[in-house]
Formats: sequence, C-alpha cells, structure tokens
Amino acid sequence: MDINFIILKFVYAAIVVSVIMGLCSYAVLAERKISSWIQGRVGPNRTSLPLIGSIPVLGPFLTRLGVFQPIPDGLKFLFKEDVVPGHVNKFYFIMAPVISLVPALTTVVVVPFGRIVTDAGEVVPLVLANVNVGLLFLFAISSLSVYGIVLAGWSSNSKYPFLGGIRASAQMISYELAMGVSILPILMWVNNPGLEGTMNLFDIAQAQNGFWFAMWMPLSAIIFLVCLFAETNRLPFDMAESETELVSGFHTEYSSFKFGLFFVGEYAHMVIGSCVFTLLFLGGWNPLPFVTIDMLGWGAGYIGAALSVAIFLGKMCGLMFFFMWVRWTLPRFRYDQVMKLGWKILLPLSIANLIAYVFIIYYLDTSL
Amino acid sequence: MSIVIKRKPLNFLEKIYLPEIARGLATTFRRLWGKPVTLEYPEQRPTIPEGYRGVPTLVKDPEGREKCVSCQLCEFVCPPKAIRIKPGAISEDSEFAHVEKGPQEFDIDMLRCIYCGLCQEVCPEEAIWLQNDYSLSGYSRSEMVNDKEKLYELGGTLPDLHFKWKKKQEAAAKGSGH
Repeated sequence: MDINFIILKFVYAAIVVSVIMGLCSYAVLAERKISSWIQGRVGPNRTSLPLIGSIPVLGPFLTRLGVFQPIPDGLKFLFKEDVVPGHVNKFYFIMAPVISLVPALTTVVVVPFGRIVTDAGEVVPLVLANVNVGLLFLFAISSLSVYGIVLAGWSSNSKYPFLGGIRASAQMISYELAMGVSILPILMWVNNPGLEGTMNLFDIAQAQNGFWFAMWMPLSAIIFLVCLFAETNRLPFDMAESETELVSGFHTEYSSFKFGLFFVGEYAHMVIGSCVFTLLFLGGWNPLPFVTIDMLGWGAGYIGAALSVAIFLGKMCGLMFFFMWVRWTLPRFRYDQVMKLGWKILLPLSIANLIAYVFIIYYLDTSL
Repeated sequence: MSIVIKRKPLNFLEKIYLPEIARGLATTFRRLWGKPVTLEYPEQRPTIPEGYRGVPTLVKDPEGREKCVSCQLCEFVCPPKAIRIKPGAISEDSEFAHVEKGPQEFDIDMLRCIYCGLCQEVCPEEAIWLQNDYSLSGYSRSEMVNDKEKLYELGGTLPDLHFKWKKKQEAAAKGSGH
C-alpha cells in the first residue's frame, strides 16, 4: 500500500463527508421549508448573500427559497455561547455529541453511492470501502450512536434529559431487533446456495435489476421503514426528544456547537438511513424495476457513473422528503404505544415474515 | 350536563394504522401546494378593524384648542398607572382662557400602557383617543414615554363641531348660567 493510495482515500473520504454534511445542512433547510408549506407558512425567506442575492430575478428567487439559510444556521451553531452547566459530568457531557455523530459518519464508509463500468467491463461500486460484511458493519456501527444519546441524557444530570436518554435507549434497542430480522429475507434471496455468501450492499443493490425488493417483500420494507423512523429518532417516534413532555429531551442542557453536533448527527442518520433503504429496497441506482442503466445504453464510462449517482441521490432525497412529510403529518406515539408497537407487533410480524419467506425462497430456489 | 360522545370502535383497517396514515399523508400533501395563510409582516400590514385600540393620543378640536382639561380621570382610571398629568391654569391672555384648566404636562408611559382603552372611555371631554398605530419601539425607556407634544402630534385634530366651551362662554355672556 503506497502513500498515494492512502492520500487518495483521504481525499475521497473528505469529499464524501463534506457531501454528507452539505446534504445535512440542506436537509435542515428542506425540513423548515416543507414544514412551513404544510402548515401554510412561508418559511425562511430573508437570508441573502451580497453578490448572488443581487442578480435580478435569480437572486430574489433563491432568497425567497431560503437557499442561503444554512450558512447563518451553521454560523449560529459555531459562534453562540457554549454553556456547560455546572451540574454535568464534564467528560461524558462533551463526549456524548461526538459519539452520536461519529458513528453516523463512519457508516458512510460502506455505503455505495453509485457504480462505474471499468475499461475491463467490470461493474465496480463507487464506495469508500467495499467491505464484504457491509450491512453487518453498518448495523454494528450505527447502533453505537444510541450511546451518544444515553450518555447525553445521563451526564446532563438533570431530569428531562435523563428521561429522554432512558426512552431513547429502550426504544432504539427494541426496534433494532425487528429491523435486523426484517432484512434477513433479502440476505437469503441474495445469497444463492452454492455461491460465495455476501452482505455487501453493492451486491444487494445489483441484485435488484428485476423486481425491487420493496415490491416483492413489501412487509419487510414497511417494517424496516418503521424501524428506521424509530432508529433515527424521527417523529412519530421521537421519544428521546419529545419537546412537549421533556423540554427537548436528551439535548436539553446542550447549547451551541455541541447541540449542533447532535443536530447534524440526527440528519446524518437520516441521510444514511435513506441511503440504506434505497439500496436494500428501492433498487439502488436502477432507474425503474426491470430497467437498468446498462439496458438503456447509458451505462458506460463516467457518464454512466454520474447517472447512477444521480439516480441514487434522487431516490435518497425522495426518501428524505418522505421522512419530513411524515414528521409533519403524524402526532407522536405515547411511550407505551411505542414499546407495544415494537415488541408486540413489529417483532412478531418480522419473524412471521422471515418464516414465510424461508418457505417461499426455498420453493423458488429448489423447484424452479 | 355532560355529554358522552360514543366513539365508533375502530375497524381492522383503522387498527393497522397504515391506511389512515396514508390518508393523513394525502391531506398534508394537498396542504403542501396551498397558499400560505400568513402575512409577511413588515411589507404586508394587517387591515385594522374599526374600534381598534392602538396608541393612546391627545386630540385638539377644529379651532386648535386642546380638548384636555386635565380633570385627571384618565390618570385615576388607568390600571397600569401609565398616565401622569400635571394640571395647570390656562394663562389669562389665551384665547381659551375661559376653559380655566389644561394639562401642563401629560405623559403616557408606553412601556406600561396595556391598551385597555379605559382612558378613552372615561374622558368627559373626548380628549384622549386610541389610534390605529400599534408598532411602537425605541432605544431607551425615556424614549418610550410620550409627552404632551408627542401625544398631540400623534393625535392631531378631532373633527367634531360641538364647541362645548365656546357655547358655555356665549351663554355666560348672555347672562344665563348655562
């Protein structure tokens, strides 16, 4: 492994992380805009930049759309006073936001965001690390982020964050079970008997050049999606935050940049979650079911690669919109309802779903 | 008497949430394209309804006489004690000397005023009126106290032609008590 290779990887990583961060900041803007549209408001429409803002038609239009809003939002997080209350456990208090963001950014490593056909005619994923245990790695790392929330709740040494932390840990642990079981049918289908086994997200996405998995495993998709909402702490499952009851839950005592890290972490989780759902159930970079980019004849070279990335990002943004749309539609579940839904409905349902697909896949693999 | 509203038991489709969630999503999606119902404040102003209670002001009559006779009823009725009046005599050589009294100083502290309109209601001379202006701001506390000059500037002239005091003066000149 020579030094150039390592530097190149660093550059790639920097690019991917900055794209994710950009997506996060614009996701915040999208959230604000979509919420305001649904509620019959206008949303952020004042922030303007000196030069671009004064272009005749375009400038006011962009200003009205709030395109420049993420800049002051970010600056605000950076430069506001950072209050560390006297009653907190300082070490864990400072560590918690880092722990909640780092896993989200780490999981990006194994998420393929496109594919490219090499000169040799081989289809290669565009990904930072093409790990064979990709999916497992992803679940292992992303479930670590619950520690960030639990630590924040506990180290704040204050009752509302504490309650938020407890709720978050209970909720995230219970929904992880159903989430894990719900994707097993996919892995069973992708790993044909007699072939080398894979949990690589790229292979799973490539396996969907016919039916997308959301189409012939709809129950898996729904369970996974519901669990994804719960895992990312989004409404209707934002037990950890639940502003109406717990002030603002686990990050009540946080301010300025530390709060910003939590905030970005939440959206980074959403981005990654949307990516994973797209890869697992929505056919990755295949434009339509039964249609791949190669079939359309645009799959070669860099254009094909760019097209695959664009399709993938488009699906992901659609899913992000869905996240926000649901948030501004549904009220929050009560805590006991969340637990009931997780343990009494989703988990048995996912197991039943798994057993059903065991037989279906066995039948399809053996008799056809 | 309390009314008990019977709730229909949920049917199966409602119990599994998802169709109802889809219905909710459809509703919000329709709202997504609706026109905003809000007002973009500094550029667009709300229409002020009749009888609105904005900033309290003092008014003059069409002859330019200040209507206030500093009876101090408003000062006494003012719940937050925002009004301070220093009564004084009107000088002999004034055109309106027959009115006898007028305010020497008249301060309304807009930081205390609650826009209740009691001053307007209690005033026997119809000298204090609440206007439509609702947006008041300043950089210091003293700036937010409207003195007499400011109050007349905001109030202007009330176009009513009763001329109560003038008629009184004329009646007195004819010899009748009133």
